[in-house]
Amino acid sequence: MTTSTEPATKPPGRPRRAKVRPGDRNFSWATRAAGVLILIVLAGVAAFLVREAIPAFRADPAEIDGGEGFFAYVWPLVFGTLVAAFIALIIATPLALGIALFISHYAPRRMAQGLGYVVDLLAAIPSVVYGLWGIQWLAPNVRGTWEWLADNLGFIPLFAGPASATGRTMMTAGVVLAVMILPIITAIAREVFLQTPTLHQEAALALGATRWEMIRMAVLPFGRPGLISGVMLGLGRALGETMAVAMVLSTGGFTWSMVSSGNNTIAAEIALDFPESAGIETNTLIAAGLVLFVITLAVNMLARWIVARREAFSGAN
Amino acid sequence: MSKRIDVSDLNVYYGDFLAVEGVTMAVEARSVTAFIGPSGCGKSTFIRTLNRLHEVVPGTRVEGKVLLDGQDLYGPAVDPVVVRRQIGMVFQRPNPFPTMSLRDNVLAGIKLNNSRMRKSEADDVVERSLRGANLWNEAKDRLDTPGSGLSGGQQQRLCIARAIAVEPDVLLMDEPCSALDPISTLAIEDLIAELKENYTIVIVTHNMQQAARVSDRTAFFNIAGTGQPGKLIEMDDTTKIFTNPGEKATEDYVSGRFG
Repeated sequence: MTTSTEPATKPPGRPRRAKVRPGDRNFSWATRAAGVLILIVLAGVAAFLVREAIPAFRADPAEIDGGEGFFAYVWPLVFGTLVAAFIALIIATPLALGIALFISHYAPRRMAQGLGYVVDLLAAIPSVVYGLWGIQWLAPNVRGTWEWLADNLGFIPLFAGPASATGRTMMTAGVVLAVMILPIITAIAREVFLQTPTLHQEAALALGATRWEMIRMAVLPFGRPGLISGVMLGLGRALGETMAVAMVLSTGGFTWSMVSSGNNTIAAEIALDFPESAGIETNTLIAAGLVLFVITLAVNMLARWIVARREAFSGAN
Repeated sequence: MSKRIDVSDLNVYYGDFLAVEGVTMAVEARSVTAFIGPSGCGKSTFIRTLNRLHEVVPGTRVEGKVLLDGQDLYGPAVDPVVVRRQIGMVFQRPNPFPTMSLRDNVLAGIKLNNSRMRKSEADDVVERSLRGANLWNEAKDRLDTPGSGLSGGQQQRLCIARAIAVEPDVLLMDEPCSALDPISTLAIEDLIAELKENYTIVIVTHNMQQAARVSDRTAFFNIAGTGQPGKLIEMDDTTKIFTNPGEKATEDYVSGRFG
């Protein structure tokens, strides 16, 4: 919104103008510069990706890894990226919701603080450490579960056997990602739940709601946009997470089975292949990065659209 | 539908702090009882003990008896959730659920009691409650819009509609007009006069003229000083309290000498 400092009808003689104080002016410029800087960086990254990716799009299909052109190369990676992130979300979202509600509405105050601190601490663990934990501890321990899934639910293509003997599968990578995004979603959900106005919670209680009914009537609807933002931030991290996936997953070609080795994500593929790439291979990897960039952008826009759709009911007004 | 309340020797605590001490009073059915008194004297704290809402704040407790037509609300086998379904409450600031439409706001309490209800039945409840709260004419064409789109006075009447939709025995109002303009206040006061035909109403108010206008009986609360517990000084017919009170403190307060 712009406002004019000039009065609509100038009084005759001397034009009057509100005095501009230097502090206001400097601060306004500083914030504007910071805002513009973000846009420049974003545009710079996008321009770099597009410029470096174009050769991969134009190249002779035979030159691309796999020999069938860029899109044949990239779609299994897109699939792997989305599936790994999706598995992570399915596991992490209900868990984060439960932890956040426990901290905000059920736990005694002292315990809630401690628990919140521990969850925040999870976010401070470097992803390479998660990767080590995934390989050394998680993969051997979940192997049996994946074998069970392959034996009993093998008729579903996602669980088709034989299960990986090392346990380093998409499912395992998804579980590691779930643990990694848990603190983000929990922290945001907890904050929005704590901000539910006491007024609305008491309104529900005064109608004779039990604590769970009060949460369903007042807390969850109020926290819904925040929860969606939290989930999308988690999804963003899961989509882009590189190190943990690169370490945990035993990569390979496309397969529907999530319990055998195979598949790869875009970020892990770039990390694993980039050091030894040259020429058109580098362009191909950068083009894959561009695809990841577009996917993440699309996810964020989708999240904003979901949040904005019911804005009138959001409780913000 | 409406029931009387008898309170005896009620002490209300926040942790170790005694906030209200030794209240004994009788609230008659189908009448309006007003609580007046200076800020911090425990009126709001006390009214919240009548539907057991006080205890939702951690560390609080209540000693004494509150009888609703002879049934002790603080009895060992009594579920506070059931108490709150019998005793409705309207708060100081209008608090319709912002994420619900007008219609869902009115039905919120009903849905807690029995989840299944035919649409025609629900429509009847919505219309009856909104008519009861004098909001039907303003709301009938926008039942699916959010409650937060109404004006403050309309929102407060929506909250009253929500409270009476479940047909409670008693309606508690904690300064229901203090966030409203004079015209909306008048609308609520008229509504209170109508609701008294069917409900037992208890209202906390800072506005002595309001207490004089709407109530049949008035209770005056006072506090000896900061950190001291609030006490019920006297309770009598409203006309008597405002013309010829028994206590000096009451006379000083209603005549505007303090508070």
